Amino acid sequence: MNFADFLPRLGRWALSYLFRLGHAAFFFVELLKSLPASLRRFYLVVAQIHAIGNYSLVIIAASGLAVGFVLGLQGYYTLSRYGAAESLGLLVALSLVRELGPVVTALLFAGRAGTSLTAEIGLMKAGEQLAAMELMAIDPKQRVLAPRLLGGIIAMPLLAAMFSAVGIFGGYVVGVLMIGIDPGQFWSQMQGGVDVWDDVGNGIIKSFVFGVTCTFVALLEGYEANATPEGVAQATTRTVVISSLAVLLLDFVLTAVMFSTPR
Amino acid sequence: MTSDALITVDRVTFGYEASRTILEDVSLTFARGKITAIMGGSGCGKTTLLRLIGGVHAPNKGTVSFDGEVIDTRNREQLYRLRRRLGMLFQFGALFTDLTVFENVAFPLREHTKLPESMIRDIVLLKLNAVGLRGAAQLRISEVSGGMARRVALARAIALDPELIMYDEPFAGLDPISMGVAANLIRHLNDATGATSLIVSHDVKECFLISDYAYLISSGRIVGHGTPAELKASDDPEVRQFIRGEPDGPVPFHYPAPPVAEGFGIGR
Repeated sequence: MNFADFLPRLGRWALSYLFRLGHAAFFFVELLKSLPASLRRFYLVVAQIHAIGNYSLVIIAASGLAVGFVLGLQGYYTLSRYGAAESLGLLVALSLVRELGPVVTALLFAGRAGTSLTAEIGLMKAGEQLAAMELMAIDPKQRVLAPRLLGGIIAMPLLAAMFSAVGIFGGYVVGVLMIGIDPGQFWSQMQGGVDVWDDVGNGIIKSFVFGVTCTFVALLEGYEANATPEGVAQATTRTVVISSLAVLLLDFVLTAVMFSTPR
Repeated sequence: MTSDALITVDRVTFGYEASRTILEDVSLTFARGKITAIMGGSGCGKTTLLRLIGGVHAPNKGTVSFDGEVIDTRNREQLYRLRRRLGMLFQFGALFTDLTVFENVAFPLREHTKLPESMIRDIVLLKLNAVGLRGAAQLRISEVSGGMARRVALARAIALDPELIMYDEPFAGLDPISMGVAANLIRHLNDATGATSLIVSHDVKECFLISDYAYLISSGRIVGHGTPAELKASDDPEVRQFIRGEPDGPVPFHYPAPPVAEGFGIGR
């Protein structure tokens, strides 16, 4: 390929990406405008919190426990070199609450709830259900998408909290029950070292941002999917890829901002 | 102001892409209280016409008016106000698969009215009774057959007693009994409610049986229109080919292709 071919191709590629980004931004604003209407019919949101949140509980709890076990083991290995094994409780709690809870929950959420949202919306589109709604003078963004967005935003921080809580229990099982660290030390160091605003608060902000991101990506991909089996399959894949990348990148940005703000 | 026509399509040209025109300068009128059929082969732009009337797309040229009001697809308020006066039956029903039969029919009522639950229940059961499916109210959508789904969708389309009912291929893919049931229902509903009905279909026999007037569309143009009797007596070769179902004629059997010899690389 020569240079004269390459430049226009690069330009087209960049333009189409910018176009899609702009389109996504418009879509996001439209969804935000539909949110108040879905607050008026909160039973729709509750149904979505149930579908998105409750059905993700098992995978979140199981993963939280596993991550807690591993943190307990790896943390003990590192801390014991410095003779600070009693700080294991603090290490486990900080790692989970500040970082692993929100991030791993968001990644699992993208795979568990995000994919099912995309597939559901995509198939509704393929079955002309969204078009039918539109022709009944009912805005599918208000009736179908907005309650799901709100449900995802509410469910994500709660799921992340569950993940962290179960993870801390996992760390306790490994550190105190199996290795034999003093339980008083384990809990009191955690209590003394974890700050509600700086640590727990930061985690909540993160999982709120991830909740918006993951749910929005899933809804957008479903709504924009080609109404064919391949189209829905591709959209589902894109949901996981885009959400996961977005979560990891945003996590770095958010962490950097949180570190740079003075205490 | 009440004129005879509920819907007027005036010199409309439309294409999804600039390069491909689907409808070329077509004008149609749909008389109030009558059943009008739009017939034509697959892909001739019939369904597109319904979408234009529903305001899903805007015509590139020309206007579509609903009860004297020109539809402006950018004016969401007007669009939604007009759409509340129409019911559309989609080709495959487009039922909400996460709801029961009852809830599907109740859906427009719950969204657009503040009726008490007991009244919603009565209306839904009345509509389901009209299509013969009152007994199926509690079934899930996955449990009903294709013909039944079409009838549930019809009950949903008439839930708010629309002035205009649009049927997209109401007979396609139905067995002979379901087809007869559907045709009867359309005629009876139209006569009982005084609504205006618009049927898009390629089933000549069923359409002629129940419609008052028919338009015949071929490759984006109107090739004939009139009462079923007038169309049957037409001498126009395109009209005759379609009505008699002849495989070749003005509408060719072959999709445009290079000459046979060239296509197979022989005779050079």
